[in-house]
Amino acid sequence: MSVDLSVNIGSLKLANPLIAASGCFGYGVEYAEAVDLSTLGAIAVKGLFLEERAGHPPARIVETPGGMLNAIGLQGIGVRRFVAEKLPPLREQAAVVIVNICGSTIEEYAEIARILDDSDGIGAIELNISCPNIKKGGMLFGCSLKGTHEVVSAVRNVTRLPIIPKLTPNVNDVASFAVAASEAGADAISLVNTFLAMAVDVETRRPKLSNVVGGLSGPAIRPIAVRMVHECYQAVNLPIIGMGGIMTPDDALEFVIVGASAVQIGTANFVDPFIWNKLLQGLTEYLERHQLEAVSGLVGSLDLTVRETTWTNS
Amino acid sequence: MLTDVDAVVLSNSILSPAYNVLSLAAPQIASRALPGQFVMVKPDCGNDPLLRRPFSIFEVLRDDNHQISGISLLNKQVGVTTSTLFGLTAGDNVRCLGPLGRPFSMAKRSEKAWMVAGGVGLAPFYTLAVALQSQQIDSTLFYGGQSSRDLFYVEAFRQLRVNLELTTDDGSLGHHGQVTGPLERSLHELKPTTSLRIYACGPTPMMRAVTKLASAHGHDVEVSLEQIMGCGLGGCYSCVVPIRHEGGSVNFVRSCLDGPIFNGRDVVWDGLEQ
Ligand SMILES: Cc1cc2nc3c(=O)[nH]c(=O)nc-3n(C[C@H](O)[C@H](O)[C@H](O)COP(=O)(O)O)c2cc1C
Repeated sequence: MSVDLSVNIGSLKLANPLIAASGCFGYGVEYAEAVDLSTLGAIAVKGLFLEERAGHPPARIVETPGGMLNAIGLQGIGVRRFVAEKLPPLREQAAVVIVNICGSTIEEYAEIARILDDSDGIGAIELNISCPNIKKGGMLFGCSLKGTHEVVSAVRNVTRLPIIPKLTPNVNDVASFAVAASEAGADAISLVNTFLAMAVDVETRRPKLSNVVGGLSGPAIRPIAVRMVHECYQAVNLPIIGMGGIMTPDDALEFVIVGASAVQIGTANFVDPFIWNKLLQGLTEYLERHQLEAVSGLVGSLDLTVRETTWTNS
Repeated sequence: MLTDVDAVVLSNSILSPAYNVLSLAAPQIASRALPGQFVMVKPDCGNDPLLRRPFSIFEVLRDDNHQISGISLLNKQVGVTTSTLFGLTAGDNVRCLGPLGRPFSMAKRSEKAWMVAGGVGLAPFYTLAVALQSQQIDSTLFYGGQSSRDLFYVEAFRQLRVNLELTTDDGSLGHHGQVTGPLERSLHELKPTTSLRIYACGPTPMMRAVTKLASAHGHDVEVSLEQIMGCGLGGCYSCVVPIRHEGGSVNFVRSCLDGPIFNGRDVVWDGLEQ
């Protein structure tokens, strides 16, 4: 039996639901030697501002139980150099490209989106309104319902490309942010970005990251991320891209079952750059074992019916 | 080509209470490895710690038939992964991804090659010494450790006809003091007509001092930097080093792709963690 792994994220069609998470796969081209980029559902490239950014000084990462903190500070080449230097090789490799963008102001988001709208070979724009380790922009917008609405509307006004706001988990009621994004015209949402966190070297009493705080990712966050995708799926009628700590096919399936149409893999790619085939194989085997023809049929299939519990006293 | 090998441990030789050499069956990596390159390693430890660790390729191993059979790692116990690697025995498995990174540039026949190593910084120099010997290049190893118990493979380097300048902090072997002592003396004694290539690997302050000393005598140094790395493939931007470019601009450069070998003169040492 052959199974159908293709999924739709609004008007964007993906051959399979596996997407490389932003900031965890460079600009994609770095991995061309290890992975056939056209076999991924899509690649969310590293977060881009309008201009080049230096990023934070080292130390930029530190490991914590079942995960890692990062405060890279969105080092990047800026959107114009991305379009000129990275997009052509990505097009050549037939990669589906999702461009993750970040701004210090609403106007900056719109300006970047305008530039991308004029470029060839872009599948969608992911709005990073959720980066926890930069001073201006990023999570500031993603932590306010008004900010979320404003960024999404401003980008909606300047592009026809599918737009995917990426939500932060660092809020009380993530579903209300999904609703705000939906009302402002988003085509899909993605979540979660990393959890604001901190680690301290007790010998020196210094923070382990130069930026003091950073974002937690990896298996440690997965159960919270699954819960948040579940809440969003119940709140909005948009395709959801779920992520947070996916290491195995079962991890990915959890997200799909609670309502994710596709998933992103970040930290796990650092551990195993050849993870993609293993996940695809695992998904295929699962669908076959459950006699399902298409992964899309599994989306949001969480069984919440109350089961009668019966027993016999023998 | 990049390969990820689930490498079997061939042997683990304990050198001291802190150091060991772990031999791994990984012919696919070994046959392509160049001096100065590294591998990303993860023992079977589940999610804690989660990430791989970068290790210089210490030796390229050959079997009884002289076929390339694997690589070895020079390991020093400092954290969880290195302690796990210290305790492995033959038959265990270690995931091993590589070879990665830019190698050392090879010295020319007309040049002398000097390798400056501090502690576990010896790791990239054995394969380099083998390559230098095969080119019949006159080479010297300046090698410093805390005491005689911390200097390893000295005989092996001697057999490769490498001249040795050993130093220990406690004076128990070789010169008493730091490796920069004999290096400075040798730089003074060098005939001005001799062309020289210097390589350094060790603690950051040592590489910085070597770079300063060598530039004072008009020489470049190829340093092998050891940064915290997330992926080894350019994906995460965590292993960055501040590098000064021609024209004076400074930016953060990924050590996994553009290093781990850099020209010491280009490194903005104040911006590196010490
Ligand atoms: C080193 C690193 C860099 C990241 N950079 C970005 C980024 O540029 N833009 C973004 O939206 N998310 C970024 N993220 C967040 C990831 O895309 C993802 O949302 C998060 O890590 C959770 O997924 P994971 O547990 O599979 O890594 C980054 C994460 C890491 C670990």
